[in-house]
Amino acid sequence: MLEISGIQAGYGSMAVLQGLDLQVKAGEIVALLGSNGVGKTTLNNVISGFIRPTAGSVSFKGEVINGRKPSEIVAAGIAQVPEGRKIFPNLTIRENLRLGAYRRATARVEQNFERVCTIFPRLKERLGQSAGTLSGGEQQMLAIGRGMMSEPDLLILDEPSLGLSPLMVEEMFALITKINADGVAVLLVEQNVMQSLGVAKRAYVLEQGRFVMQGEAATLLADPQLRQAYLGM
Amino acid sequence: MSSLILPAVLSGLMMGAVYALIALGLTLIYGVLHIINFAHGSLLMLALFAVYFLNFYLGIDPYLAIPIVLPVFFALGYALQRGLISPMSSGSEQNVLLITLALSMIIDNLALYFWTSNTRSVDIPYAYDTVEILGAFLPLGRVIAFGAALAAAPLLWLFMAHTRTGSAIRAVAIEKRGAELVGIDVNHTYAVCFGIGTACVALAACLLLPTFYVTPQVGYTFVLVAFTTVVLGGMGSLLGALIAGLLLGVIESLCGLFLGESLGQIGIFVAFILILLFKPSGLLGKVGR
Repeated sequence: MLEISGIQAGYGSMAVLQGLDLQVKAGEIVALLGSNGVGKTTLNNVISGFIRPTAGSVSFKGEVINGRKPSEIVAAGIAQVPEGRKIFPNLTIRENLRLGAYRRATARVEQNFERVCTIFPRLKERLGQSAGTLSGGEQQMLAIGRGMMSEPDLLILDEPSLGLSPLMVEEMFALITKINADGVAVLLVEQNVMQSLGVAKRAYVLEQGRFVMQGEAATLLADPQLRQAYLGM
Repeated sequence: MSSLILPAVLSGLMMGAVYALIALGLTLIYGVLHIINFAHGSLLMLALFAVYFLNFYLGIDPYLAIPIVLPVFFALGYALQRGLISPMSSGSEQNVLLITLALSMIIDNLALYFWTSNTRSVDIPYAYDTVEILGAFLPLGRVIAFGAALAAAPLLWLFMAHTRTGSAIRAVAIEKRGAELVGIDVNHTYAVCFGIGTACVALAACLLLPTFYVTPQVGYTFVLVAFTTVVLGGMGSLLGALIAGLLLGVIESLCGLFLGESLGQIGIFVAFILILLFKPSGLLGKVGR
């Protein structure tokens, strides 16, 4: 469904991504693993249309989407939940969620709203509250819920477990599995290798703008090199 | 003396409502685009001329010109932001200041060139009609302006609070990246906002002209007060601008009463300095945004 081939991108004269190929098939959870500063967020920004790649192409459902505006890419069916969440703190939770459906016809909004409320009961209890008053974990849920409101075929989550308590991290990964069970493909961008490989079907490991490992999650989890580098085992 | 104070307060409120309306447009543009629009006064002047010429050549009453002038100036504001200010600023706020300043100079001087510095006013049958309120006789035009300007503020608020475009504008104002991620076209939203801000001065022009005049320099009379109103109300606050506008209108009128007509505006700036001395974020401004 998402086909990335030969992507090179960077900021000014600094090249960050040095030719990446990545696929996400319909209904899959794919993990994109790597530590800080290896280019994970840059790749996200290329997919979402904030950065134009200098070479390569991104196609979604068979159509080339690099070069389109971020708003058009959302309309095409890719929702990104960014690092730092970027929710609207002065708007209520209800308004945040409704804005998630900005590019969708009104007919289905109510139905999607109910669905998000079922997945995130904590949000449902606080619909009239302004989003800035939520805890970090709840803000993350709101950001994901807002992404879900656009009925995406692909949901990109950029470090959803960042800054959450261990208990909350467990809950977050359980929620990701639940969202995926409804048929939404997920590209999970994470530093939490163990948890991510636990929920993902396949994974890519990014180092210095290149993929150094890729394959089935179960295979990677057993790989001695990966265990050494990322899990210290 | 006391018999003069009530009429002065009332007449100050009438003028203050128009100040508030002009400031609403300015504060909306500032609150969302984070730019200071120096061309606001020039656009007001342009709108006043538009209303004047519609009356002079086509005999259209200034109030009936509202449905014509409002959409035209919305479109003008939209086009200015989308076609000129945004492409030329390439994202830098200093550039925006220079562009809107340049725009105001160009508009003002073109107006001077084509229409000369003559003072013009419309000739309408009800120009000298008055209304008696609480024993004070007030010009009908001012009373209408007061009512319409006060009605515009809650309408704008309702639009911002309860429409899809309104919540998109608020989303863009507070979290631009987040807004792009839900699929809001930020450049379009900015231009809509600039259009609404410009439509506010167009409405103000329709309400002002029956009791006021137009010259190419008329913008300055209002834009300084409008800037003061915006800062005083708290940058970006709609309700703050409304309250500050009314307050400044009353202060100006009372100062005019006690110090003489030509010194009325001194009071505005003294009050401005005093309030900022004691509440630097303005009346309804948030501290440290």
